[in-house]
Amino acid sequence: MSMEEKLSFSISQDSDLETPETEEKVSNIIKKFYKSNITIEIIGSGSKRKIGKPLQCGKTLSLSKLTGIIEYLPEELYIKVKAGTRIDKIENEIKKKNQQLAFEPIDFGYLFLGKSNCGTAGGQVACNIAGPRRLKSGSIRDHVLGFRAVNGRGEIIKSGGNVVKNVTGYDLSKLICNSYGTLVAITEVTLKVLPAPEENNTLVVHNLNIETSMEYLDQVISSSNDISGAVFLPINSTCENCKMDIQNTFQLNDLKQKGSLTAVRVEGSKKSVDERIEILKTKVGTSESNISLLGSLQSTIFWKKIRNLEFFSATKNNIFRIVLPPTETAKLLYKLPKKFSYFIDWGGSVIWVEACELSEQYFNSIRKKVLMHGGYISMIKNSDFLPYVEDVFTINNARFNISQNIKKSFDPKRILNPGKMYSGI
Amino acid sequence: MTNLMMPRIDKKTILKKKIIVKNLKKIVKSENVLDHEDELRPFETDGLSAYKQKPLIVVFPENTEQVSEILKYCNDERIKVVPRGAGTGLSGGALPLADCVLLSLGKFNKILEIDYKNRCVVSQPGVTNLSITQAVQDNNFYYAPDPSSQIACSIGGNVAENSGGIHSLKYGTTTNNILGAEVVFMDGSICKLGGKTFDSEGYDILGLITGSEGLLCVITEVTVKILKTPESAKAALIGFPTIEDGGKCVSDIISSGIIPAGMEMMDKELIHATDKFVKAGYPRNAESMLIVELDGAKADVLELMERVNKIAKKNKASSIKISKNDKERLKFWAGRKAAFPACGDMAPDYYCMDGTIPRGKLAEVLKEIKKLSKKYNLPVANAFHAGDGNLHPLIMYNSNDKKELAKTEKFGEEILKYCVKVGGVLTGEHGVGIEKREMMCEMFNNDDIQQQIKIKKALDVSSLLNPGKVYPILRKCAEEGRVHVHGGKTKFFNIPRF
Repeated sequence: MSMEEKLSFSISQDSDLETPETEEKVSNIIKKFYKSNITIEIIGSGSKRKIGKPLQCGKTLSLSKLTGIIEYLPEELYIKVKAGTRIDKIENEIKKKNQQLAFEPIDFGYLFLGKSNCGTAGGQVACNIAGPRRLKSGSIRDHVLGFRAVNGRGEIIKSGGNVVKNVTGYDLSKLICNSYGTLVAITEVTLKVLPAPEENNTLVVHNLNIETSMEYLDQVISSSNDISGAVFLPINSTCENCKMDIQNTFQLNDLKQKGSLTAVRVEGSKKSVDERIEILKTKVGTSESNISLLGSLQSTIFWKKIRNLEFFSATKNNIFRIVLPPTETAKLLYKLPKKFSYFIDWGGSVIWVEACELSEQYFNSIRKKVLMHGGYISMIKNSDFLPYVEDVFTINNARFNISQNIKKSFDPKRILNPGKMYSGI
Repeated sequence: MTNLMMPRIDKKTILKKKIIVKNLKKIVKSENVLDHEDELRPFETDGLSAYKQKPLIVVFPENTEQVSEILKYCNDERIKVVPRGAGTGLSGGALPLADCVLLSLGKFNKILEIDYKNRCVVSQPGVTNLSITQAVQDNNFYYAPDPSSQIACSIGGNVAENSGGIHSLKYGTTTNNILGAEVVFMDGSICKLGGKTFDSEGYDILGLITGSEGLLCVITEVTVKILKTPESAKAALIGFPTIEDGGKCVSDIISSGIIPAGMEMMDKELIHATDKFVKAGYPRNAESMLIVELDGAKADVLELMERVNKIAKKNKASSIKISKNDKERLKFWAGRKAAFPACGDMAPDYYCMDGTIPRGKLAEVLKEIKKLSKKYNLPVANAFHAGDGNLHPLIMYNSNDKKELAKTEKFGEEILKYCVKVGGVLTGEHGVGIEKREMMCEMFNNDDIQQQIKIKKALDVSSLLNPGKVYPILRKCAEEGRVHVHGGKTKFFNIPRF
């Protein structure tokens, strides 16, 4: 495909926008397009629309008007919402009962627009990219108890329920997570909610290099201190074209030093948080001057910035994400050029990379290295320099064949977000 | 065997038995193929022992390539295959078919790698659940899902059934605790899913196969996540004068923001049976009893236990005992873990049900079960994973009396229907298997079921892998003129058909 052709892959024409307010209407629309073989791009608020391959669809189906909390039962630990319900609305509602979405949904607005746009419940489920607490509490797929949706034939289907323990039939909730709207248009989701911790504190160790930071993170995660966040933020990149700005993003009063930050979060009752912070300090093996402690207020700000990737908000470069076994992270980073900037989350299991002057060939060569280290890589944001990559996500032949068969079982005519994840799916 | 439709027996396959045996012996060692009637008998049932059927042949592959070759051969020859782990499943998921090759994973019994740095264990599927924890416990790690059969059930079976256990509320079920798997599909293709990383890219096929009850693929390797043993754990044993008080206490504990590691409830019948059996010091005068276990940082456990104590008192607890040490805590659990065998004193057999309900409906559902117990004139004892609303009513009956078995099954059905009615589900952790197959329409409509069947067909075109399980087959049977009709009615005549 030539660069001109790649660039001509524009977002679908919004004049062909459908905005149904009910599930029945979603079903009727898809039935109609199924009959007439018209492809549909499914969107929520559009906050993550640019993740995945660009689409050329006849119609756009926006679920942004399919909104509302259907049922919230704090004592049953779930909230059932229509797919277009905004995440901030859900978070505000459950906050009133001291509960939270434990997977820490990422607000991708900062990355794509430079300002907040937290997206919808359906969008979070369709993309399944969890925030820092993934380490302790699991991903979005671990918090979807059930859903309703419309498949590519226009049929309304459901799976799961409102309860944590449920093995009645295949667990399709897992399958729709991370399916980027290629299997169904989600109309309703039931999300697990959990009590919000009373207190959260963050211990920051300054100026560790990557090896000592990874060793420290491994040590504390493998202890009984119930760590709920563990990141490494290196010193700002020496690459002048990279805009990732750690120092200016984290201007918190209680940070004692500049330079790299290794941060771990503990949550719970005040007494227990205090006790665990003391234990974590003893494991550092460095002087007090190299350690900062962030109390609940600053700790909350710190993790909000991490979760929402705020330090990438000014960049126009490519952003990609590498997920690896933690022992492989430092090894892989040595193989990346210095002109990239990055940070490490999930205790060493995920690297977010800002890459300037990236070529598709080079991106693919990084993928090869990532695969050798037992991980996978996904392009999250394109740039003017590299506006298109053929393989946004990683897959092999065996999984491709299975995925193609699964796609057919939901969407036999390939009308829902065709090619969004992989060509041919 | 009660009148449950199973897929039509393919007589051609039965006639070809000798050839199949010969060909299987080309793939695996001769001694790994069993075909004599006497050798087949141990495999005629699983944990749902009311149903029995000898397979045509049993085969024991020893590696993934052999599994692949067996499946490919069976797929090409249109021979049904029923995979089997340890055979402890309670819903008949591993019940053989008369014309099937039973594929046992019994020889896949090794732990392949313990990787503390990446906090995972790579294991063959035949390794028992408990062995994984035992392999890492010296380093203070453990594998979280702990079904009560953990001493015998295999990790591959756990994946196939998405097994839970008493700690599911806080730590999730199997699906939340595995990172990867190697699987073989019916056409013989081998596929690695996930690995040692969190999540994976593309469709979550690992999530799909977890809990798929052996219908989609055969699992040949599993990578599980291991967790650090919590710093401290304490349990409270709380007696209540009524079932309602116990049920209310469960809801209040959760509403107050506490997520216990385990929260188990037992009714009077079971308190008596188990206390007599293991002398765990249970409050025999109580109508219901809760075991609440908290784990985590020491300060958190102490503080939260104090709150549990207050909530229990507010809910009229008649007795509260808090474990002073691990020995006492384990003694509290000993009774619960022996609850099922303890029922042996109450009746020759028991039938264990497995619905899940919203926690707030515990008391209501218990009352209904008592009412049904009178209606069917069959005693029932109740054990619940109350924290996650998973009920295990144990219906007492005598399996030698065929009429009583049918009555018991009818009783069980009514309980499960009631679970669905109050917003719950048919099965929390035992699976659908053959046991609840005909009840799937209580929860799902035609479009829901057809979507699931389409997924099955997408991965197993000829429906040869564990057919007759999970999804109703009656329409197919009816088309083939094989519906069992008694007194002018089919079994479950009043529920929708496909």
